[in-house]
Amino acid sequence: MNFSELAAGKAKNPRYVLYHPKSYRKRYPIFWWLKKLPYGQFIVRELTSLAVGYVAVLLMLQVWVLSKGPGTYERFQEILATPALRILHGVVLLALIFHSITWFNLAPKALVLHLGRKRLPDAAVLAAHYAAWLVATGMVAWYLMRT
Amino acid sequence: MTESITLQIRRYRPEEEEKPVWQSFEIPRRDEWMVLDGLNYIKDELDGSLSHRWACRMGVCGSCSMVVNGEPVLTCATYLSGLGPGPVRVEPLEGFPVIRDLVSDIQDFVDKLQSIKPWIIREHEKPLSEGEYLQTPEELAEYKQYSMCINCMLCYSACPIYALEPDFIGPAAIALAQRYNLDSRDQGAEERMDVLSQHEGIWCCTFVGECSEVCPKNVDPAGAIQRYKVKATADWFKSWLMPWKTR
Repeated sequence: MNFSELAAGKAKNPRYVLYHPKSYRKRYPIFWWLKKLPYGQFIVRELTSLAVGYVAVLLMLQVWVLSKGPGTYERFQEILATPALRILHGVVLLALIFHSITWFNLAPKALVLHLGRKRLPDAAVLAAHYAAWLVATGMVAWYLMRT
Repeated sequence: MTESITLQIRRYRPEEEEKPVWQSFEIPRRDEWMVLDGLNYIKDELDGSLSHRWACRMGVCGSCSMVVNGEPVLTCATYLSGLGPGPVRVEPLEGFPVIRDLVSDIQDFVDKLQSIKPWIIREHEKPLSEGEYLQTPEELAEYKQYSMCINCMLCYSACPIYALEPDFIGPAAIALAQRYNLDSRDQGAEERMDVLSQHEGIWCCTFVGECSEVCPKNVDPAGAIQRYKVKATADWFKSWLMPWKTR
């Protein structure tokens, strides 16, 4: 459309005001996290925090039940051994592994360490995280097998 | 016979339509053409009313940022031939209001950039006679990565948080704040902290990480934000444990 047509009020959009064009803001879709795989992975990573919270609560519950005596603890262990809870805890374990790996892989972005005046490479930060995980897992495994 | 490719462009002409519409253009498909060359061909040969921004054509000015096939890219650095047989969809940057066609209103980014004071701040300038402020290569390496930002705003377009919470200062502005905070010549970190440490600053970021993935200059804004989060947390603990050492 040319200017004289617009000045004569012949704009195709009846809400158009000469010299006051309206900018358009697109509404961001509620399912934005389905648009790209990394967005979806981000949402899964955040949701796996629920699994972390669940395990923390479960651990505290186990300690509390233990304080109630061996009988109560045995009954609680029987509940935990039911098939439904075993399946749930299998899923929780997978969620925890996903959570740990994704966060460990992001750790070098946040943690910038220096050795003297040199910056440690990202691989070193990553390796330290996995080594700490391995050592902690090994210690727990050793303790469980010992008893 | 010249091969052709279809470019589908999201057009918004406020005098013609309330909402953007898609318009297709058939253009020649040449191996050496970037998406920007295709847009310029449309502008020059097919429809002079198409509006888009560009300047340097060499990935330096950051003007020609758009969303191509759903990915925020510099159109001057994206080969048409690398986008398959087409159609290729071209849209304006996500998260910003559209003024016209592929032209976004970037004022919000400019205001936020100003708010973090992207310049070297000195408490006391030394006299010229004392010479320049010297830096070691290690000191330069601390911030150089962040100084490569060309303000192309692709990181804003990739950031769902910015689209959902427009008050978020955003990836590039925070990365540029870090560029100055980590500069050994700068003494303005305290002044920038007031802006960066508020909710709309670093704490709005949930670390989706796509800002760093789409950055054409490998600035890594996501890394800059997380580094600042660690620093802000450490500073808070220090001020809590040693209140006499706070400012």
